[in-house]
Amino acid sequence: MKHPLGNYGPVVTPAGMKEPILFGDFATAGVETLDGFRGAGGYQTALDALKNRKPEEITEIVKASGLRGRGGAGFPTGMKWSFVPKGSPKPKYLVVNADESEPGTFKDRELMARSPHRLLEGILLASYAIQSHHAFVYLRGEFAFLEPLLAQALDDARAAGLFGKNIGGSGFDLEITLHLGAGAYICGEETALLDSLEGKRGQPRTKPPFPAVEGLYKCPTVVNNVETIQSVPFIVKNGADWFRKWGPEKSPGTKVFSVSGLVNQPGNYEIEMGLPLSQLLDKYAGGMRSGAKLKAVIPGGSSVPWLTPDQIETKLDFDSVAAAGSLLGSGGAIFIDDGVCVVDALLNLTHFYRHESCGKCTPCREGTHWMEMLLHKIEDGEGGTQDVSTLKTVAEQILGRSLCALGDAAAMPILSVLQKFPDEIDHHLTAKRCLVNERRESVERVRRAEPATV
Amino acid sequence: MGVTGSRATIGVELKSAGKPLAFEKDDRDAIAQMAARYPDRSSAVMPALWLAQKRFGFLSKEAVAAVAEALQIPEPEVAGVATFYSMYNLAPTGRHILQVCMTLSCSLLGADALLAHMSKKLGIEPGETTPDGKFTLRKVECLASCGTGPCLQVNEQVFQELLDPASVDKLIESLP
Ligand SMILES: Cc1cc2nc3c(=O)[nH]c(=O)nc-3n(C[C@H](O)[C@H](O)[C@H](O)COP(=O)(O)O)c2cc1C
Ligand code: SF4
Ligand code: FES
Repeated sequence: MKHPLGNYGPVVTPAGMKEPILFGDFATAGVETLDGFRGAGGYQTALDALKNRKPEEITEIVKASGLRGRGGAGFPTGMKWSFVPKGSPKPKYLVVNADESEPGTFKDRELMARSPHRLLEGILLASYAIQSHHAFVYLRGEFAFLEPLLAQALDDARAAGLFGKNIGGSGFDLEITLHLGAGAYICGEETALLDSLEGKRGQPRTKPPFPAVEGLYKCPTVVNNVETIQSVPFIVKNGADWFRKWGPEKSPGTKVFSVSGLVNQPGNYEIEMGLPLSQLLDKYAGGMRSGAKLKAVIPGGSSVPWLTPDQIETKLDFDSVAAAGSLLGSGGAIFIDDGVCVVDALLNLTHFYRHESCGKCTPCREGTHWMEMLLHKIEDGEGGTQDVSTLKTVAEQILGRSLCALGDAAAMPILSVLQKFPDEIDHHLTAKRCLVNERRESVERVRRAEPATV
Repeated sequence: MGVTGSRATIGVELKSAGKPLAFEKDDRDAIAQMAARYPDRSSAVMPALWLAQKRFGFLSKEAVAAVAEALQIPEPEVAGVATFYSMYNLAPTGRHILQVCMTLSCSLLGADALLAHMSKKLGIEPGETTPDGKFTLRKVECLASCGTGPCLQVNEQVFQELLDPASVDKLIESLP
């Protein structure tokens, strides 16, 4: 569907559900406006909670729902909120992570663009739960085109008394500040994001202290992803048991997956947690394009270990993907076809991590540089077995030794590919050339062909 | 082995604008308003740098000094921020910054071909500006439009599914 702010795929109803949850909003005409959103019952849940429920009740519902953070780490949201010290005299802050810069992930952009008031309602509920009177939305710099839309939504909501002082006569006050980044993947990491929000270079902090105790301006702060926050109004409205109707015990609910690669119908799909990867690919994304065969899947954004086609029945929930040796991450599923050289693809990603490394700690700053150089050498047919083993050693040395997860994110994909595609790596060493690039022409044809309609 | 990651590089020298720069009254008021939106005025450095970039074209030594002065924040701190983020321009650019996403999903869909085509059409390499000052071509990382690649961000706007060279040409030619 062509939307003024992007080309979005079809909204589908997740198997076994009457309608999608988050994407259900998109069925309401004009939902991006205040009137459209309120006409469909929007803000009712928040206003009702502010007046008739205690803040702790909101946290309890979210805790009981089992909602886990959708930004990548999958940390239980209600539990995170409950870490905010209650008696602290310091102000508390809610920060929404709208930095969405994990390669392969484009869900928050669609959620915000198409239902901005749902985000604001979620902010209202989460802020009330943790008793924050000032919330921030950290929008990546490249999303500047979304800023007017969010600012408009905020202005409209404020004019209607939904933000500011004494919201809806409840006595609760809340201000929201939109903050635009300026291009830095690392600012998606929550403590780097907080430094950036404080007007510094966006470099991660040492944890602990965790933000819930000492975050923005050294005050208790909750950082949550856009999708996490947008899920909250539905959970508070319908209850924890309702949310637990879907997905496995430990990963309840639905999740938005961003599908990219040579598939017939790329796009964002909201599906029930725990569905097999094969269904995401075949049923929703329409399968691989004709002429393209599946070679590997990166299930959770570029930072996670790769899966192979024999793992296509892996269930998409936090624990099942972890059991398969990868991570659910942000839900950015990249399907890699057999026209792609794995070394070339790794080189692409390693270049990304090297470029985005903030330079604060040595293993990541130097290691990403080494790994890129070694992958270059191997891809160019100039590598030997020694280079492959050095690559492995460097990756292993970064793992677990870097200050933030970016170092691991650079190392893990490399280690998984070295383990899963040894023949293809060897080919580069023995034939001194890439296995795939010999077939480049036919690959180009598939890329340029129209995808099949589904 | 040196450190070449742009973000990891510290002590980047800022270019000179060749003349002192100062904000007009309206901009000073706007910066004061930015500062008021945060509990601490140092948080307004990023929005103020965005404004400086819009006003002065790029973040020169003098532009950074103007931000430091307007917010009463030490100049080196502002310079540290200006040199960390890739969307802050430290040198003059063309009127339109054409940013081609080169990251994996777009690359799977033909980003290399798109970049090569644009480079040829404009007669410049990535990182360069056309002699008429109209276009700057840049390689950038994932723009969060991975399903509809290859994609191109022109200033603030994102264009997607740019597979056909003719449509790319049309897009470039349509820019004022
Ligand atoms: C390098 C790096 C980049 C990250 N980028 C993002 C991002 O773009 N968006 C996001 O929500 N979380 C990102 N995260 C995760 C955040 O640190 C944090 O866990 C998350 O925002 C918490 O929200 P949640 O609990 O709702 O998931 C990133 C983490 C790392 C280490
Ligand atoms: S792991 Fe990399 S990105 Fe993270 S703090 Fe260290 S250098 Fe910075
Ligand atoms: S890889 Fe190009 S937009 Fe994400």
